[in-house]
Amino acid sequence: MNNQINLTVNGKQQTLEAKPGETLSSLLRMRLHLTGTKIGCEEAECGACTVLVDGEPMMSCVYPAERADGKTIVTIEGLAQRVHEEMKLHPLQEAFVEQGAVQCGFCIPGQIMTAYALLKRNPNPNSEDIRFALKDTLCRCAGYPSIENAILAAAQALRTGEAVQKPTHIPDSIHEHKTVGHSHLRPEAVEKVTGKAIYTDDLTFDGMLFAKARRAMIPHGFLTKLDVSKAKALPGVVAVLTAEDIPGEHNHGLVIYDWPAIVGVGERVRYVGDSIAIVAAETQDIADQASALIEAEFDLQPVITNPVQARQDGVPQIHEKGNLLKHIKVRKGDMDAGFAKADLVFEHTFHTPTTDHAFIEPECSIGVPLPDGRMEIYVGSQIPYQDKTQVARALGWNEDRVRVVGQLMGGGFGGKEDIMGQIHVALLANVTQRPVKLLFDRQESLLVHPKRHATQIRVKMGAMKNGRLVAVDTELYGDTGAYASLGEKVMTRATTHAAGPYDVENVRADCYAMYTNNPPAGAFRGFGVTQSAFAVESMMDMLAEKLGVDRIELRRMNALHVGSITNTGQELKESVGLMECIERVEGEMLKVSGLSKKDLFKPRVTPDNSNLVRAWGFASAYKNTGLGGGAPDKSGADVELYEDGTFQVRSSAAELGQGLVTVMRLIVSEELAVAPEKVRVLVMDTDLTPNGGPTTASRQTFVTGNASRYAAKTLRDEITATMAEKYDVKPEQIRFVDGVVHVNGHSMTWVEVYKEMKAIGKNPLVRYEYEAPKTKPLGEGGDMHFAFSFGVQAAEVEVNKLTGEVRALKVISANDVGMAVNPLGLQGQIEGGVMMGLGNCLTEEFIVENGNVVTDHLARYRVPGIMLTPEITSIVVEHPVEAGPYGAKGVGEVCSIPTTPAITNAIYNAVGVRIDRTPVDQEMIANELWERSNK
Amino acid sequence: MNLWQEYKRPASISEAIQALTSASGSVMPIAGGTDLLLDLKQGRHAPVNTLIDLTFVHEMKLLEVRGDELFIGAAVAVNRVALDPLVGTHAQALVEAGNLIAGPQVRNTATLGGNVAHALPAADGTIALTALNAQAEVASPAGMRRMPFTSLFAGPGKSALDKGKEIIVGFYLPLTKNHQASCFKRIMRPQGVALPILNCAVWLEREGDVVKDIHIAVGPGGPIPFRATEAEATLRGQSFTEETFALALEALLGQAKFRTSARRASADYRKHIVGGLFKDVLDAAWVRAG
Repeated sequence: MNNQINLTVNGKQQTLEAKPGETLSSLLRMRLHLTGTKIGCEEAECGACTVLVDGEPMMSCVYPAERADGKTIVTIEGLAQRVHEEMKLHPLQEAFVEQGAVQCGFCIPGQIMTAYALLKRNPNPNSEDIRFALKDTLCRCAGYPSIENAILAAAQALRTGEAVQKPTHIPDSIHEHKTVGHSHLRPEAVEKVTGKAIYTDDLTFDGMLFAKARRAMIPHGFLTKLDVSKAKALPGVVAVLTAEDIPGEHNHGLVIYDWPAIVGVGERVRYVGDSIAIVAAETQDIADQASALIEAEFDLQPVITNPVQARQDGVPQIHEKGNLLKHIKVRKGDMDAGFAKADLVFEHTFHTPTTDHAFIEPECSIGVPLPDGRMEIYVGSQIPYQDKTQVARALGWNEDRVRVVGQLMGGGFGGKEDIMGQIHVALLANVTQRPVKLLFDRQESLLVHPKRHATQIRVKMGAMKNGRLVAVDTELYGDTGAYASLGEKVMTRATTHAAGPYDVENVRADCYAMYTNNPPAGAFRGFGVTQSAFAVESMMDMLAEKLGVDRIELRRMNALHVGSITNTGQELKESVGLMECIERVEGEMLKVSGLSKKDLFKPRVTPDNSNLVRAWGFASAYKNTGLGGGAPDKSGADVELYEDGTFQVRSSAAELGQGLVTVMRLIVSEELAVAPEKVRVLVMDTDLTPNGGPTTASRQTFVTGNASRYAAKTLRDEITATMAEKYDVKPEQIRFVDGVVHVNGHSMTWVEVYKEMKAIGKNPLVRYEYEAPKTKPLGEGGDMHFAFSFGVQAAEVEVNKLTGEVRALKVISANDVGMAVNPLGLQGQIEGGVMMGLGNCLTEEFIVENGNVVTDHLARYRVPGIMLTPEITSIVVEHPVEAGPYGAKGVGEVCSIPTTPAITNAIYNAVGVRIDRTPVDQEMIANELWERSNK
Repeated sequence: MNLWQEYKRPASISEAIQALTSASGSVMPIAGGTDLLLDLKQGRHAPVNTLIDLTFVHEMKLLEVRGDELFIGAAVAVNRVALDPLVGTHAQALVEAGNLIAGPQVRNTATLGGNVAHALPAADGTIALTALNAQAEVASPAGMRRMPFTSLFAGPGKSALDKGKEIIVGFYLPLTKNHQASCFKRIMRPQGVALPILNCAVWLEREGDVVKDIHIAVGPGGPIPFRATEAEATLRGQSFTEETFALALEALLGQAKFRTSARRASADYRKHIVGGLFKDVLDAAWVRAG
């Protein structure tokens, strides 16, 4: 009995044999191929797998498939209706697209299904109803305000039958252009709201095997014995590989090749996530079982748990060259003279923990061997070309034999830059000559990939009575964990930005980026500046109080401006919008609070509960755009005209949800004066798209934006030249307007232009390799970076004096982005940046104890949900940078950096407790207030 | 490594008991399963041979008034409990607790029976039911019996029931009469592991300014769901004033055994904040009972 499941899915009757241990999500994805239902955690935490069961939203990842017998299921694929020949989106789907609520898109099916159930029950929900319903449906791009707006707009459309409202609160760029600078929709948004968007785990190939990496699960030791015989003997296992089976280089890494793809016998295990063997089997279940059957013995070594300990004398050295990855130095002026001159000198030490990107899509790679001896790697990666290099190195192959086919990414935030499963699937696919998929579960994702660096930051500040800074001395320790990843670069950014966005005569900073036995740390939105900004912006508020100077005035007085020399000796010649950000945040704060300038930062007891105290806090930040430090910063793009009069722009820059594809499309559309819909975008395929470089350092709008722009421009120039010659007119007489080309009074369509070009044997295709203005390495002075973005935030918090609980109520965020290429996409970046900053400040802590990960499930690592979302006001400031596309510079990171200190400064202003360790610990606040009241 | 091999969907209590006792190999009843399945997946519970799904048992899905009691089937989803007007009328604390258990999607599958069966001393539903003076109906091969709610618990995470042959069928709550009311609230620590650190439910009957009767539950105030009986005794028959509240809080602090849970809250912190929470809950229940 009970061995059949009869269920209705999206209106269709299904009868299936029951399978032991099967969940509903697995049935839908694997057996019915409804891959719109996403798996983010498999622990009922993230909500991505939400489907409707008999009308109610359920987490399908913890729903036994057999329980669905007799029930009616609706998935994201079941919402759009076929009207005549076209699929008509449900108003919710339409509203998510129109309101810019879709970023990486991975959580969106869950968001929409949850919202759909809400609107069925309550056709007129208010903000509170929406937050209550979406409480546990996480979005790491954190477009919560846009999601809320989308649901409100959809509800209205459903009630009134009118069209879905478009956002009305997002202004165009102040820099006037035809296409760029105006809000446009993402080209891939419709796929993402209908469940048709394909992410790596949604792909299957004939004969595909499933892989599992056996992790060491010890933080430090030598692998002394490894026995894979039981795993190999398990029926269904096709291959078990160990370090000996790697034909090429054993180590990978983004800067330093120090990270073994598989640790071999006799070799050192440096963290719990090191792999010691990899398995490929006919099913995931068999692969998991085989992995568990591998027997390993270790000679355990003492564990280095933090960077300060790592630098002490006599401790074990984790790498051959020692525990010091890099001592980074910033020197400017004369520290002794600076501190001697200062009226006030004080210092304080801050601590920040490791944090995790917690992108909702866990890592997935698929290796596919081709008959011609090449290998394809399907993966969502921030650096496809580097994956190609690294896979080829491990296989011992020429790079040309590897093709990386980048897939849509369910978020990255810096956490998908390093090699995760790419090499493992390549090794297994090579040996088995079958496609191999390696999907991390959430636990593996949390254990293995590089995190944000934990830091200890001591700042010593010297200032004159009036608040003018004269000397800032900083000592930083960064925990880069077991492997370098981008540790050196990240901690360099933490160090160069350590004195804040201020003009200071004398600056010294020393940073020790140290190896430890913790999970590696690498890139994470903010790239080290998140940590040092928390320290220095706290110091700025402490200084303001000590001197009795207004904290905004203090920042204004010291703010970087055009003509300032940065701490690394770079003269800022343009595009320094910091002062405007400060002014506009102050203005907005005064406006929304209704407070006078002198009362702006004072604590306010709420009228109905004397334990609840509110106050505002303020913080500034800056962040470089681009790699800088002397690294050549290049991106290539192709623009091609097709026979049907459409264009394609191509680059191996990564779309991880941030909206680059839209930016590329708009830029090409602008340059060729065609509608954005006429421009298709292809990214992340190393066979088909030129190298766009890494998607990191807020660089892609700038570099790949420019590459796309110059490629389009060059194509236009070529067409102009061809037409001028053919029709014997001056090039000035050829104009490109609204999708047609005017040649001396005669207008041609792009289809005709294509024909004309082909007719004379010209291929309407241009490849352009853009190289950003050259930069200088740290220590050499001059331009270390080609652009900086600036951000200022104010946060209003409410602190419960009894319990120490903190709520962020409002955040005002002003960002100097140079030029807003797509204001709608920019809005999503800014909202998400604030929420990620808020998580960093109030909830997130990746806990590692003696090298072992405590927060190894999403349930233990708290990503902020919609309930914690404050009212976010975005102010876009646009001081153009000459070399940027239309003046644009990066925004992905700077919009997240000032949130933490703005909140902690607000907490101090509310209750007088200085937070010098994140995340904010409510028990510590309560204790401090309690002790104070007992005195 | 399938988490289970066989999945049974009994339609009645007797079928369920039969399935439970006759299964070969390891067997577990599953209600919502939102905790059990995670325990299985994450290795906190060994894979089982047979799962007995209780959500097809009609009797356990009922929510109805029976005489002068409200019956809530153990397999009723938490959201249904929280949304049901009968529960709103007779067990407001349970509505408030239900609305705070996990998130909405989980509440659509998670059940009150499961919340109780896990025997955690601070589960929201458990604390509300403790203050509401619930009784549990338990089925076993010997038949059905009623048990006082707190006798279901043997220790933290340890049920007093034999999961191999006993099932919680449902809960009985006294119907609310005039001037009776209840309330539930909790305090979270959102950082790191992100768990509630303290919760409190109060049921009381009011006669003018006098507390005629009162039940107070606090989690975690001991190894099993804690009834603050000494604080109850302090308040019972007394006017509700600042003085009597202070005495009640003193009694509560004297009787409760607050402990330090790593990465969540120290015992001292719990002691420090319990007064404010207790006061808020008591005030709200008091006003409601007015």
